[in-house]
Amino acid sequence: MELPEKIESWFSAKGWAPHPHQRAMLERAEAPATLLIAPTGGGKTLAGFLPTLADLARAPHEGLHTLYVSPLKALAADIKRNLRTPVEEIGLDIRIEDRTGDTTATQKKRQRVDPPQILLTTPESLALLTSYEDAPRMFQGLKRIVVDEIHALSESKRGDQLMLALAALETIVPGIRRVGLSATVEDPEAIATFLAKHPEPCEVLAADPGPPADIAMLETDELPPWAGGGGKYAIPAILEEVKKHKITLIFHNTRAQAELFFHNLWLANEEALPIGIHHGSLSKEQRQKVEAAMVEGSLRAIVCTGSLDLGIDWGDVDLVIQVGAPKNVKRLVQRIGRANHRYNAPSKALLVPANRFEVVECIAALAAVAEHDLDGDGRGPGPRDVLCQHILIAACAGPFDEMALYDQMRSAGAFSGLAWEEFEACLDFCATGGYALRAYDRWQRLKKREDGLWELRDPRAAQRIRMNIGTIQDTDTLKVRLKNRGGGKPLGEVEEGFAATLTPGDTFLIGGQIVRYEGLREMTVEVTRRAFDKPKIATFLGTKFATSTRLTHRILRMFQEDDWPELPGHTRDWLKLQREVSKLPEADRLLVESFPHDGRAQTVIYGFAGRNAMQTLGLLVTQRMEEAGLGPMGFVATDYATLIWSLDSVTEPAPLFSREGLVDGLETWLAGNAVMKRTFKVSANIAGLIERNSPQSRKTGRQATFSSDILYDTLLKYDPDHVLMQITREEATRGLVDFGRIEEMLERVGDRIDHRVLSRVTPLAAPLFLEAGRVPVKGLADERLMAEEAERLMETAGLDEIDQPKEKRWAVPF
Amino acid sequence: MVRGFDLAFPGSSSPCRGGDDDAARFALDSASALSEEHTMNRHEFSLVGAALEARATGALYWPAEHMLIVSDLHLGKSARIARRTGAMFPPYETRDTLSRLESDIAQTEAKTIVCLGDSFDDLAAAQSLDEEERLWLARLQAGRRWIWIEGNHDPGPVDFGGTHLAELATGALIFRHIAEEGATGEISGHYHPKARLHARGRVITRACFLYDEARVIMPAYGTYTGGLRSDDVALNSLMQPGACAVLTGKQTHVIPMPR
Repeated sequence: MELPEKIESWFSAKGWAPHPHQRAMLERAEAPATLLIAPTGGGKTLAGFLPTLADLARAPHEGLHTLYVSPLKALAADIKRNLRTPVEEIGLDIRIEDRTGDTTATQKKRQRVDPPQILLTTPESLALLTSYEDAPRMFQGLKRIVVDEIHALSESKRGDQLMLALAALETIVPGIRRVGLSATVEDPEAIATFLAKHPEPCEVLAADPGPPADIAMLETDELPPWAGGGGKYAIPAILEEVKKHKITLIFHNTRAQAELFFHNLWLANEEALPIGIHHGSLSKEQRQKVEAAMVEGSLRAIVCTGSLDLGIDWGDVDLVIQVGAPKNVKRLVQRIGRANHRYNAPSKALLVPANRFEVVECIAALAAVAEHDLDGDGRGPGPRDVLCQHILIAACAGPFDEMALYDQMRSAGAFSGLAWEEFEACLDFCATGGYALRAYDRWQRLKKREDGLWELRDPRAAQRIRMNIGTIQDTDTLKVRLKNRGGGKPLGEVEEGFAATLTPGDTFLIGGQIVRYEGLREMTVEVTRRAFDKPKIATFLGTKFATSTRLTHRILRMFQEDDWPELPGHTRDWLKLQREVSKLPEADRLLVESFPHDGRAQTVIYGFAGRNAMQTLGLLVTQRMEEAGLGPMGFVATDYATLIWSLDSVTEPAPLFSREGLVDGLETWLAGNAVMKRTFKVSANIAGLIERNSPQSRKTGRQATFSSDILYDTLLKYDPDHVLMQITREEATRGLVDFGRIEEMLERVGDRIDHRVLSRVTPLAAPLFLEAGRVPVKGLADERLMAEEAERLMETAGLDEIDQPKEKRWAVPF
Repeated sequence: MVRGFDLAFPGSSSPCRGGDDDAARFALDSASALSEEHTMNRHEFSLVGAALEARATGALYWPAEHMLIVSDLHLGKSARIARRTGAMFPPYETRDTLSRLESDIAQTEAKTIVCLGDSFDDLAAAQSLDEEERLWLARLQAGRRWIWIEGNHDPGPVDFGGTHLAELATGALIFRHIAEEGATGEISGHYHPKARLHARGRVITRACFLYDEARVIMPAYGTYTGGLRSDDVALNSLMQPGACAVLTGKQTHVIPMPR
């Protein structure tokens, strides 16, 4: 396709020429699907829209022409701004509008009647649009779809939702051209398959990746601590770097770490450099304020989390600092790309290990970046909980034929292998609940009509289904507001489980402020400012990355060397100390350490099998410890080790790791553990068994009349083969089990177990005590604990109850 | 402080300090002796002179009268939810509740069963029980005195065997669905109390009995039931200072009622 005169002259008036990959996209305007891999700042968005602009410059178009989908609402708004300028300068008479959860109801209604030429939206808003009966009218002229940040979407159920929505659109308007825009990834072909309408082809275009990044580990006078996250020690050095650069992004792996770091940064920020904070638990108002300040250029640095991983184009960022080990080389490379959005300028980044183990991880990651050794794991077939949701969405849009719907869904790459029986089970679940006990004949959700088409039994159900569209599972969160003032200023959100542990007077950090918990009012946590107290830290559930397999193996190889000249002296000394007091893990032996800490017996298993496998190992081993009467209370897994705490200590570890025992455990552990219940809850929400939103009010875990755990237990007991139990198992296998790597580990270590019994925490074990994601084991330990505590309470009852302030306890459900 | 103590715990009569038979002490000792099956699944205490057993299952037993009391069965709840909201929860809660009730009846050999109200999630739910569940219920009723106390969910008689009463008085005890201010010797349900315990840094939440010298508030027995925290103002104003909570689950555990 040639560039129309109008657009050519716009380029030349600007003194620009289209990049080669922009030309290439134009040439492939008629291809059914194209995936463009380009670094940030490479004119990627314009490349995606150029065929649309060319088309619209040639001839006017009535109604919707191009749909743009991105994972971020903010990105949709940002693209709207950035696209309007060239469109106006070229002189195209078209409307560009966004449609997200934030769009007003009036605007949304108007868009359905009179859609713009270009609509910018999110997967959830698009899925909702396809659920309306008038969807065919709205989408009738649609020609193109641009999916931005597809590398991020392809890793999540949001992407599966999007592809099922595109499959539905395809039945309304066949032949829509699909374009995917992606950052650098290790397996572009997998994303191409994900994007294309199955079985159509999808060409992969790679833009010039630009010069290699300028990346190093930050050197500090202060040594990294033995343990801990957050990188507080590096604050003076980081402030120096902020001063030397225009705008610095300071990435953290978790929200809690970002909050704590931000707090400490301001205590040290004597020159009062303008520095903000941005993460997903902050209120929309708070985030927008920071984003606006960033666009204005009035900030020198932002402390942030993965919420800034994606797209908004802030051209002046000239340094990215990653605090904490990067965990995953591909994500690191993508984050580094956030600096220097100008095409062909090298990105500059600094890694700040939070503790000494992370020094090892950072050094390994630097080597991997230099060798361009990216990592990633395939995702397997499309998840069926999302499929269930889309069957309900299809029913909202109108009566459907089951065979046609089956074919439509299989045109999404991730679902191309879907068996008829699997689809049928999902349809039955949506229609009747899918129970072995056919109890809901009168109250079926979907009914088959005489003409063979399926429809909603009660059309009013459509409203409830639409209210629950989406696959994003926030843990149940509560809004935090300042007390007083009209309604109180919103500060952000905390997890409900965290809020439940607060008693009035407790302090925690949110949005960089220390606040005091005053009380709970109508599902809102009311707080007051408390600038000078020492905070407890909010247990935000931040995104938690697993260190990739490849990076883990690099580290293990490093351990096997005699010495580590490439490591800083302190880390070298630390590893040597570990070698002295215990030993360093080896690839062909299994190191197990036992020592007391926190009044509990601790056991550390250095399996180096990756986080998921180590988590499964935690489940299996704690189960065996329960059988042995050791009273396991919980465990936490990292990529390299599993830490288990229990009432009694492990004296003979070998039987815990027998292959037969572990396999037996795998058969039965699916029953009744917390990870399965968590997985079930998510799938039950997505598949529509549990409605998070109802026309009355949002339901929260605690307000619900009973918990999803009870539903899980009931199904396990009476209907263990129910489709949702199958889905839960599928999900657990794909995400959380990874038994294959446990077997690989067992094969590798054989019966060579080194058990070290020590009097205190070892250097290598220390960081494990700070890991988030602790999994409680609810067994005998609970009963013993309750007996102990009940006895203590009874002994003291009446003596310390009266008028004495209760001792504040920091309590968590694990 | 000492004065406050005297006010809150007049003498040794506070149930939490152990009654005449020192039942609380007995239960605590038994809780640490995990192996003794017969002692860990119930807590014995007395209310206005009647010796009662709070069972770990959430049922209450009155040995002198061979009477088993359960509250808030909410039978047919999943059917009611389906009817009202369209959500189709696993429809097994009725049989789960009945099978637990059957086991409590078998273990206590109770001759009288009192269901303290909200036995059915509503009257239509009572009619929605399937044939197997109806027969099961009839089997449990056979050869026993069975009393349905009216609840707020199921006022008025339903077409099952047994006696239907607004409330029941036996000896010094009075059985009703919702606790009344100022009552003595009262056994009620309705609130579904639950309590939290902090132990070595872990929070454990369990459905619980609440009792003081005047009354017992029972946990919900039905499978699909949630709970109201014991520190809720409604429960606080009903229960006297010094009230106990008996946590249910695998075993009973007695603690001062968390407020």
